[in-house]
Amino acid sequence: MSTISRDEVARVAALARIDLRDDEVDRLAGELDVIVDSIARVREVATPDVPATSHPLPLTNVFREDVPQPALPVEDVLAAAPDAQDGRFAVPQILGEE
Amino acid sequence: MTTTTPSNGTALVAYDDAVRRYDPVIGIEVHVELGTRTKMFCPAEQSFGAEPNTQTTPVSLGLPGALPVVNGTAVEYAIRIGLALNCQIAESCRFARKNYFYPDVPKNFQTSQYDEPIAFDGWLDVELEDGTVHRVEIERAHMEEDAGKNTHVGGSAGRIHGAEYSLVDYNRAGVPLVEIVTRPITGAGERAPEVARAYVQALRDIFRVLDVSEARMERGNVRADVNLSLRATPESPLGTRTETKNVNSFRSVERAVRYEISRQAALLDAGQTVVQETRHFHEDTGSTSPGRVKSDAEDYRYFPEPDLVPVAPSREWVEEIRATLPELPQARRRRLHDEWGFADAEMRDVVNAGALDLVEATIAAGATPAAARKWWMGELARRAKQDEVELADLPITPAQIGELQQLVDAGRINDKIARQVLDGVLAGEGGPEEVVVARGLEVVSDDGPLLEAIDAALAAQPDVVEKVRGGNQGPVGAIIGAVMKATRGQADAKRVRELVLERIG
Amino acid sequence: MTDLTRLPAAELAATLAAGEASSVEATQAHLDRIAAVDGDVHAFLHVSADDALATAADVDTRRAAGEDLHPLAGVPIAVKDVVVTKGMPSTAGSKILEGWIPPYDATLVERLRAAGLPILGKTNMDEFAMGSSTEHSAFGNTHNPWDLSRIPGGSGGGSAAAVAAFEAPLAIGTDTGGSIRQPGAVTGTVGVKPTYGGVSRYGLIAMASSLDQAGPVTRTVLDSALLHELIGGHDPRDSTSIPEPLPPLVEAARQGALGDLSGLRVGVVTQLQGEGYQPGVLARFHESLELLTKAGAEVVEVSCPHFEYALAAYYLIMPAEASSNLAKFDGMRFGLRVEPQDGPVTAERVMAATRGAGFGDEVKRRVVLGTYALSAGYYDAYYGSAQKVRTLIQRDFDAAFAQADVLVSPTAPTTAFPLGEKLDDPLAMYLNDVATIPANLAGVPGISVPNGLSDDGLPVGFQILAPAKADDRLYRVGAALESALESSWGAPLLARAPELG
Repeated sequence: MSTISRDEVARVAALARIDLRDDEVDRLAGELDVIVDSIARVREVATPDVPATSHPLPLTNVFREDVPQPALPVEDVLAAAPDAQDGRFAVPQILGEE
Repeated sequence: MTTTTPSNGTALVAYDDAVRRYDPVIGIEVHVELGTRTKMFCPAEQSFGAEPNTQTTPVSLGLPGALPVVNGTAVEYAIRIGLALNCQIAESCRFARKNYFYPDVPKNFQTSQYDEPIAFDGWLDVELEDGTVHRVEIERAHMEEDAGKNTHVGGSAGRIHGAEYSLVDYNRAGVPLVEIVTRPITGAGERAPEVARAYVQALRDIFRVLDVSEARMERGNVRADVNLSLRATPESPLGTRTETKNVNSFRSVERAVRYEISRQAALLDAGQTVVQETRHFHEDTGSTSPGRVKSDAEDYRYFPEPDLVPVAPSREWVEEIRATLPELPQARRRRLHDEWGFADAEMRDVVNAGALDLVEATIAAGATPAAARKWWMGELARRAKQDEVELADLPITPAQIGELQQLVDAGRINDKIARQVLDGVLAGEGGPEEVVVARGLEVVSDDGPLLEAIDAALAAQPDVVEKVRGGNQGPVGAIIGAVMKATRGQADAKRVRELVLERIG
Repeated sequence: MTDLTRLPAAELAATLAAGEASSVEATQAHLDRIAAVDGDVHAFLHVSADDALATAADVDTRRAAGEDLHPLAGVPIAVKDVVVTKGMPSTAGSKILEGWIPPYDATLVERLRAAGLPILGKTNMDEFAMGSSTEHSAFGNTHNPWDLSRIPGGSGGGSAAAVAAFEAPLAIGTDTGGSIRQPGAVTGTVGVKPTYGGVSRYGLIAMASSLDQAGPVTRTVLDSALLHELIGGHDPRDSTSIPEPLPPLVEAARQGALGDLSGLRVGVVTQLQGEGYQPGVLARFHESLELLTKAGAEVVEVSCPHFEYALAAYYLIMPAEASSNLAKFDGMRFGLRVEPQDGPVTAERVMAATRGAGFGDEVKRRVVLGTYALSAGYYDAYYGSAQKVRTLIQRDFDAAFAQADVLVSPTAPTTAFPLGEKLDDPLAMYLNDVATIPANLAGVPGISVPNGLSDDGLPVGFQILAPAKADDRLYRVGAALESALESSWGAPLLARAPELG
């Protein structure tokens, strides 16, 4: 089992959109290395014949009728917005927008 | 042989040349917005044109703590689409999370289906304008939710944090979508652009007939992404493909394919590689340009959606749905073709002109198929082209055409007058009967006035009598002509001839 | 009337029903208690005095008018800050949600309000429920009322401490890997994790969607049964909620309290004792087994061999789901927004700066771990494998429940450790949940009942697990044990807690 390298931590943090300081990356790499080592043992028993469980209870076909319910009032929707304009959320420039 | 477009300097090979030397393979992904009343996972109403952010609930806004619940009608619509496309319907399928960060995706993941689509392994026979049929294989159709809408705002200096920003409206976030993905479409050769266009059109028609979506491409109800790659021969391995988005009309689908074929041919001719990328189609120039650069966005970290339980449509339910499917467009066309007895080319013309429904309705209003076709493909098609409108947008109804034809059949007006009546109806003067009455266009049925006119004409042309009595019937036409003129065309020419001959003796 | 705060909820409810005290008096008494001791305990992040008193006054009016009220009407309650409360701050213990006021109520809160329970406030917790000591709260530690220098357990240390400190007779917690049961054990209170799907998750700020459950935190087993019946049951807004009605829990608790467990088979899980468990914890555990035997139960040993992989599977599944659930905290629509200090201010960079500033260390650790476990190339080895272990653990439970009606273990391996002791060693911290985690993975219900003090004078908990949807067994056995213990003690365990304030 390979260790989780510092570069890997930096890459994953970027994927998760979390800014980490260099010292944080270093520390995380060390901690995660230990943790990943210990959790990797799940592979010992996860053989091909064992099916995966994604839901603890065997429910299926839970549906809702196609009947409208009142929407959130727009004031409530925007109440917590860090920035809003013209009834819409104002967000910083999106890189690579089409 | 290459040409360079002046606008962006991209090298292009002339289309005919490109398809002669390369074999195009296309793939099309179509997203259709389902016309359910509420969203895919929450009961917010969805409708066009609402004020921003007035159609959200905590679920579609992605607020902490909110949970999705599947819209059963959306599932039914998805199954209908799958069945209409001859797909297998999954015995059990799960939703999955597609994780990526983007401001129009409120949870920063999209609830979609990954390796378990609700429908798969289908096909659709696509008819081109000349009657050629191309079978498109459908890999899958799956359910997912739409994102909100970003409006880019640029250049204003009034904001605190910079010149450019975006405004986000989440009304559309959570609207149910079905995504339909084809297998690589091969063997179309130089007709690839047509096939692509016809395929998207055929899908649109199916969505409408199934009543699962308004399916208006110009409103974004139906969106197409067009994939294209070239290879040297049909036996060569598949080339690198590009994906072109922002293709907002059927015509654009065709143009985008044509452009990409030309562009990629030029690259391959020059020994360069085609970059696998997403491209953006430009309506104004009919060209494509590279879209946003995707960094790590490709790692979507799919996993089964834990907040939703599997959808396992029983076979009974699927058959119930299948039994309620309406006649699909292609089957309907075949049936009508048989019933109406048109020649292949005639039928194709009707279909290509978008006149199928109109002809059918006109026949239902009492006209014969031939008569219905005559009107819509003749005079009305001419008028539509002249006025630059669609046939269906002319201010006349199939019922009125039926009525018009009945007036002709009853002998109350003749063909020539019928055209005047048509003008009157199109001008808004009322229905055919009303126009006939108001303009006094009814054919004169009383012999009296006809005889008067005949006598007057004979008096004006005395030598006619002699000639006719002498055995030459030719000049009768001149008398008939004079009578028609005198009656402003409102005479039955046959009857006039009869009376003239009687008169002359 | 300070003794109102010493009454268990059922008795307080009876007092109110009998007209011997008003809800306003009871609520005020608890607010006074909070004012007196919460400076030391710090169980509460937000105290909603006005809201609580208004509810209390309304209940008093309705009761006076002869209206038919819920049994718990007028009994105040504290709610873990991971539960969304309309008009009241809900931080999930995180800076990234500091000041956020939700525009809607969680389903369970709607049920509390409909029944007329005054909500005293929101309680402290490990940030986004990630922790076993409440030390990962962005808003300071909560202190164990038994010893203020020690942890109250986590992630729901605030709710447990509030109840243990008599600041509230009832509280709501959430349990993903033990976050109700473990704090219950280390504070001498009762905590229940219902069957997965038994209580609606609509309005619970999600950590791990397939593991999270809300449940009662109380001082007695009967109180938990009463609260569980109020908040539990099907919710059409939660697709994973159980469609069938709850089994009769209050009745089971009352029956159990009569003390007859004849015919009951109690399974002791081999893998949930022994190494890593403190001697005092084990001693109390065996004493409790004795009491159950005396009550007529038959104790058998069962083996659940895959439980040794439970911790590993949990620390793959939970961070993976959490990494996706926490993606929505990005500064675009609500909560904290932080702009990068230099360089272009783009949405992407604001998201990253916000999350870097707004998330604490443990959250970052788990989000990075979870993202890693799901990322391309690693899915099968990590998340995929963990989901298979889950199947094996469910099978172990199925086999064990064929041999026993309930399974038991100590709730936690140790008593409350000192604040700061395990902060630098995440793995050591994770080991606190080794006995509680298997139940979350399988979706089965569990209860922790205080069963004594360890040699260090600190509380210990006894865990009872039942098959899915058989939550009534928890209450029957828990009440029987509680009854036997209190007989032997002569008073509730919490009577021995040190005086505060």
